[in-house]
Amino acid sequence: MADRAQTVPASPPARLQLPLLASVFLVAACGLAYELIAGALASYLLGDSVTQFSTVIGTYLFAMGLGSWWSKHIDRDLVARFVQIEISVGLLGGFAAAGLSLAFAASTGPFRTLLYGTVLAIGILVGLEIPLVMRILRRELAFNELVARVLSFDYLGALVVSLVFPLLLAPHLGLVRTGLLFGLINALVALWALWLFRQVLVRRRALTGFAIVSIILLLAGFAAAGRITSLAEGWLYADDIIHTETTPYQRIVITRWHEDIRLFLNQNLQFSSNDEYRYHEALVHPGLAALPAARRVLVLGGGDGLALREILKYPGVESVTLVDLDPAMTRLFSNSPLLRQLNNDSLNSPRVRVVNADAARWLEDNDDSFDFIVADFPDPTNYAVGKLYTTAFYRLLDKHLAAHGLLVVQTTSPYYARHSFWSVAATLEEAGMTTSPYHALVPSFGEWGFILAGHMPYVPPSRYEVPLRFLTPATTATMFEFPADMARVAAPANHMNDQSLVRSFEAEWRHALH
Amino acid sequence: MKRRSFLQTAAALSAAPMLACSRKTAPPLPPGTLSGNDFALGHRLRNPDFPEPGETRRTPVLIIGAGIAGLSAAWRLARAGVRDFMIVDLEATAGGNARYGESAICRYPFGAHYLPLPTMESTAVRHLLADFGGLQGDPRLERPSYDERLLCHTPQERVYHKGIWQEGPIPRLGASADDRQQWLRFHARMAEFKEARDFLGRRAFALPVAAASRDARWLGFDSVTMAEWLAAENFDSVPLHWYVNYACRDDFGTDYRQTSAWAGIHYFACRNGQAANAGGDAVLTAPEGNGWIVRRLTEKLADRLLTGAACFRLEQQTKTVTADLFLKVEGRSIRIVAEQVVWAAALFVLPRVAVSLPAPLAALAGAGEYAPWLVANLSLSELPAAGVGAPLSWDNVLYDAPGLGYVVATHQQVRIAPGPSVFTYYRVLSELPPAKARELLMNSSREAWATTILEELGRAHPDLPALTTRLDVFRHGHAMIRPLPGVVHSSARQALVNGWQRVQFAHADLSGMSLFEEANYHGVRAAEVILSRLGVGESSLLA
Repeated sequence: MADRAQTVPASPPARLQLPLLASVFLVAACGLAYELIAGALASYLLGDSVTQFSTVIGTYLFAMGLGSWWSKHIDRDLVARFVQIEISVGLLGGFAAAGLSLAFAASTGPFRTLLYGTVLAIGILVGLEIPLVMRILRRELAFNELVARVLSFDYLGALVVSLVFPLLLAPHLGLVRTGLLFGLINALVALWALWLFRQVLVRRRALTGFAIVSIILLLAGFAAAGRITSLAEGWLYADDIIHTETTPYQRIVITRWHEDIRLFLNQNLQFSSNDEYRYHEALVHPGLAALPAARRVLVLGGGDGLALREILKYPGVESVTLVDLDPAMTRLFSNSPLLRQLNNDSLNSPRVRVVNADAARWLEDNDDSFDFIVADFPDPTNYAVGKLYTTAFYRLLDKHLAAHGLLVVQTTSPYYARHSFWSVAATLEEAGMTTSPYHALVPSFGEWGFILAGHMPYVPPSRYEVPLRFLTPATTATMFEFPADMARVAAPANHMNDQSLVRSFEAEWRHALH
Repeated sequence: MKRRSFLQTAAALSAAPMLACSRKTAPPLPPGTLSGNDFALGHRLRNPDFPEPGETRRTPVLIIGAGIAGLSAAWRLARAGVRDFMIVDLEATAGGNARYGESAICRYPFGAHYLPLPTMESTAVRHLLADFGGLQGDPRLERPSYDERLLCHTPQERVYHKGIWQEGPIPRLGASADDRQQWLRFHARMAEFKEARDFLGRRAFALPVAAASRDARWLGFDSVTMAEWLAAENFDSVPLHWYVNYACRDDFGTDYRQTSAWAGIHYFACRNGQAANAGGDAVLTAPEGNGWIVRRLTEKLADRLLTGAACFRLEQQTKTVTADLFLKVEGRSIRIVAEQVVWAAALFVLPRVAVSLPAPLAALAGAGEYAPWLVANLSLSELPAAGVGAPLSWDNVLYDAPGLGYVVATHQQVRIAPGPSVFTYYRVLSELPPAKARELLMNSSREAWATTILEELGRAHPDLPALTTRLDVFRHGHAMIRPLPGVVHSSARQALVNGWQRVQFAHADLSGMSLFEEANYHGVRAAEVILSRLGVGESSLLA
């Protein structure tokens, strides 16, 4: 390929070398920052950080390859092109995090298409940058020296950002501001390049104007970043947010719209007060009503006190131990008048003992045995929570289950995540228990699954002695029947050393949501 | 520019400004201890000046050395009903390379941190695991079940390269097509070696080595280095070379430019163990590494185990062997008169203490070179930030770093709450000749090591230095025999297997590779020789 070099000075003055290498450093830093922001944003919004990072990085690297390849078609006005690319990268990369957050919250169009489209576009532009700089510098340096210097500044810029991003920028500035900050750096590099090459550039005034306008836009975005974030959260939750709290374990958000109160943990809906009774009745009563002699009950998770409310309906139950990791959750649900109304003030009942501890650790450290155990954990979205759905954990749980006792496990949706649901059944069975899987329709969740497990044959209760809104003995019997589209499939048990459930769960829900 | 040299430069460059600012803001070095092998007592064996024994004790069997070999010998004797024996060790605690520590957070290893699924040939290891409940069911099955608390939980390993953590032992992002192709070809070669058998049906690369083929087709690999073998096979991928070198440093404490190709290939090709409840690449581990086996092996020894007892003279008598021991805590010596002795300590010590040891045996025993090791345990108030990419795993390796990475001692715990942890950092000084490396190890302060280690791990975890509440350094002076070319398959070495009259030798040194399976094999083998001499009829566990 031939450079038509008329528009570039025959040899850029030596004093340009260092500024240009410095710009390589900055450009590389910005490039990596956009990649990390997109990856972090994707894992924040979509979950499963390994997959999100891998696919975002993969797309980005591929796009950079495209950009580098395309750079050969740029054969004139190298410096002007470089400036244009810098301004475009600055604007696109700078506003990417803000735009994507808003788009996700507003559910406008297919989010993934938008995400990967943005990543692809930024990657292509970043891929164009380095070859252009190398060509601007090529008359200055021998080829081997050129490659060595440019690439080392390139890597160094990437290294610096990889260190400061997770440590300083993401936690202190947040993703939206970090994006805008790097956008500003790109735009400033453009302005700097305009000044360095002021003697040789045509159309300099127009380009300078563009650069200044983009800097003003980015600064305005920076100033409004706080409002953008709360706007996104407002759109995301649709209803009025009445409480937010970030604890060491999760972000708690409670919304209200007329009579409907909703709890979100890390943006996942935990209940809607309109239909939570369906979920909690189905979780508790098929098991507990079948154990007329039950006195001691254990609830793992369930810091909202709603399962507790159902359990306390049985006068025969003498004590309930609730083990929930997050003290903020149990505090909130035992103090707020609105929420205490919802859980019937169950957390303050004299029959209830609240323990804020890690469930597995508490089980390891205690010898107590229980007639009925409720395992109401979050779905197995990652390896840490996945450990609570393994043969090893169920064996540990079994040690705390009385000989005639029953364990009930909330088990995701047998409709959306059929393989995962039956994998939990296989896991409980491999741990030595007999299972009785069942399901119920909870409108805000869809078709939801539960599994009762124990060592005695289970017979669904023929009558309920306590007041209920959803369950009847007749409908309870039908809950243990699975229609063809949720019927049992052969699924492997979930073990600590492979955690196949986490992968099948992730794949099934990804499929279900698109 | 080669990627390797570039990265080193870049690391140095990027470290410089970070150091400059960290001087102002870095927290003071965390407290900790410098411990490890009792160098002072060990070195006194060179010129013994111990008090003469004032007391004589008698025992039918004396085992000298309470590492895995000695403890395995004791286990084998006890299993056959022979409980009248003594086992002694120079160090303050038993376990050798599998010793461990414990704090309020958890137990953690001072050395070996895992055991791969035992091969079909490692029959004694299988029986041992079955006795301790680690292996469930019939230990002779091809695919037995293992205790799931010991099977390493997922995710098992990740590697840090260019700011991103990637799953698996070798960086794949950024690898070229040629790198990937060579990686696949290398694995295909190792898979062939894993299956290769001679006309007698013996595997080319069996574990223990005693069960391996002696066919010249494969023994030839013992005369070249692993690096030479890679070159001869046209492997030139930089990440592949890094990885193979990492494996040699990790398993043998030796650079791949010095490791025998036979030993190097053995690392990749010997492990064919399978499990009913896990994949073939599974490993058995516990917070204290292989320390859990040491705990089980020592729990019934009671007063038959004597630690802090240095054997400074070993002499054959007409019908007995006398061993003179210096008891460090009491500051006096005792004489043990034994009918049979198992020497389960490192072989290089033997010529210094054995009286009238035949010259050929002395030469063989003293011929080994040993790699020193440094193991540091970092107590953390909480886990560092996750970093970019693959999540925190059991084994976390930094590409192209001086150390071998770190293992998370709390990995096998079932926890979702963040909490304190212990990271065990491994460093082998394979870039130096062993004597120089030992000198460096012995003359460097804990603070110097702590600074280097926090800097190295801080590259991947900038917040780690601030989270480290303790940093304890443990030094092994002669941790591993180095399998240089010619060491594993030296024919002269066979003479050691035959023992020295009433003294049987039992140590991984006899195999030329410091592996749990080899130590266990030789311990059990020596114990079985003694059982037959004592007239105890027992079928061998080694068949």
